[in-house]
Amino acid sequence: MRELLELLEHDARRPVKELAAMLNKSEFEIEDALKKLEANKVIMSYNTLIDWERFGDHNVTSVIEVNVAPQREVGFDAIAERIYRFDEVKSVYLMSGSFDLLVIIEGQSLNKVADFVARRLSTIEGVTSTRSHFMLKAYKKDGTIMDDKENDRRLVMTP
Amino acid sequence: MNKWEENLSAAVKQVPPSGIRKFFDVAAKMDDVITLGIGEPDFVTPWHIRESCVYGLEKGYTSYSTNKGMPLLRKEIAALYKRSHALEYDPEEEIIVTVGVSEAVDLALRAVLDQGDEVLIPEPCYVSYKACVILAGGIPVPVATGIENEFRVTADALEKYVTPKTKVLLIGYPNNPTGTVLTAEELKGIAAFAQKHDLIVLSDEIYGDLTYGGLEHICFSSLPGMKDRTILFNGFSKAYAMTGWRLGYALANPVFIEAMNKIHQYTMLCAPVTAQVAGIEALQNGDANMHKMIHEYDRRRHLIYEGFCRMGLKTFEPKGAFYIFPNIESTGMTSEEFVENLLEREHVAVIPGNAFGECGEGFIRCSYATSIDKISGALNRIENFLKNI
Ligand SMILES: Cc1ncc(COP(=O)(O)O)c(C=O)c1O
Repeated sequence: MRELLELLEHDARRPVKELAAMLNKSEFEIEDALKKLEANKVIMSYNTLIDWERFGDHNVTSVIEVNVAPQREVGFDAIAERIYRFDEVKSVYLMSGSFDLLVIIEGQSLNKVADFVARRLSTIEGVTSTRSHFMLKAYKKDGTIMDDKENDRRLVMTP
Repeated sequence: MNKWEENLSAAVKQVPPSGIRKFFDVAAKMDDVITLGIGEPDFVTPWHIRESCVYGLEKGYTSYSTNKGMPLLRKEIAALYKRSHALEYDPEEEIIVTVGVSEAVDLALRAVLDQGDEVLIPEPCYVSYKACVILAGGIPVPVATGIENEFRVTADALEKYVTPKTKVLLIGYPNNPTGTVLTAEELKGIAAFAQKHDLIVLSDEIYGDLTYGGLEHICFSSLPGMKDRTILFNGFSKAYAMTGWRLGYALANPVFIEAMNKIHQYTMLCAPVTAQVAGIEALQNGDANMHKMIHEYDRRRHLIYEGFCRMGLKTFEPKGAFYIFPNIESTGMTSEEFVENLLEREHVAVIPGNAFGECGEGFIRCSYATSIDKISGALNRIENFLKNI
């Protein structure tokens, strides 16, 4: 199972036939395993890693450190939910250290992101402070190096 | 004939030209070629190893090392063999660090061979063995193996070629080009044979880490009575994806190592110190990355084996290294015709089996040290090729 997941994490489009051959299993076994992993949400979705910059979009991404006053009974979860329900919010993590929530926001322009932080995020009850950082360039994303220059430099035939 | 040609040594003239040169020249000119013809890992050396070399340069590791190699590197090699094979080698006297296994094989042969001494070499085998024997003044005696027992050499087969001149047995398992791995029983048979005829055994175990399906690599030196008569070779090229660094080593009794060092100190002085620094890092912290690569080879191995079986080519499941050796006689072509036509029509490069010895005729060597996508692509093209002949 772990191996199957690792392969898919790297390339979700591998044909079942190929997965089966690589893992020395039947296609039926692979399909069955996939169904189970999907059903119990181990596999949550099959996404594509896209270099939007290269496509021509120039979105801005902001990483925001958020401090919140935790609430009785629900702790940080209720505030986190109020934040992560917004479409602009790509990711939210509860952190240890000098702030509580790490919020990643993507917007079409600097203004739009700033506006979101000022009007939506910082006004949520319980949010006590925010610090925004804008991302300038992605070098590596989810394990993939964006502009990998390590080509295959081997000779075409060697003994 | 150019007049200088008659000035060449008899030994050099005796070494046959490379069996892949002409195909290489064709393949190198194609821009959409998929190659299964490369005998080295497709991985770049793991970053932590490269980084340690850069750091070493910054710290000024730019001078010669002792002839036998940096003491710490030899200590790490000794520790590795103790850990993995319960073998004790003294880093001072029983280990020499060389410029790849290539140099180590050359040193060993030159250290022990006299003019006319015979060296038994099970074939198919790595291309340099024969040439190195000839250049050392010896006589290579090929011992053919076949697909009927998955290219395993047996004591019975070897026995037929023994003469009073036989001095050395040169073996390489896991094998390039066949992927064959020998079992403990089979190795013991060979050990008994070596003992009986009092032969020196040269064991090239450069693919020792690359075995699959839960098979444990058995060091030839670890067999009862063999340590003293065996010169064991290993290196960093394959397991750590470090071919271009040129780093290998030999383990043997102090007499052999000293003799090899005698040649090494005057011809090579020492292995590149930049590579030695990186080699230390590889041995100290490289296991995790190595196992990741082995794991990846294993998946590709399943894929390519299944692919050739599906096409109906007679092939056996390779258990080590990163090669598969399918039989192509059913096509009616020779190995070289097959390679030439496949390259021309489908732009897939493979190596003709006869490049590794006469008994490799009728086979092709395919390397699966390349990405899954390329293996899949190549398999599709080969399948297409077979349909249209
Ligand atoms: C069986 C075998 N021995 C030795 C070598 C050479 O290794 P090195 O890079 O350590 O000189 C190779 C390389 O292809 C090989 O396949």
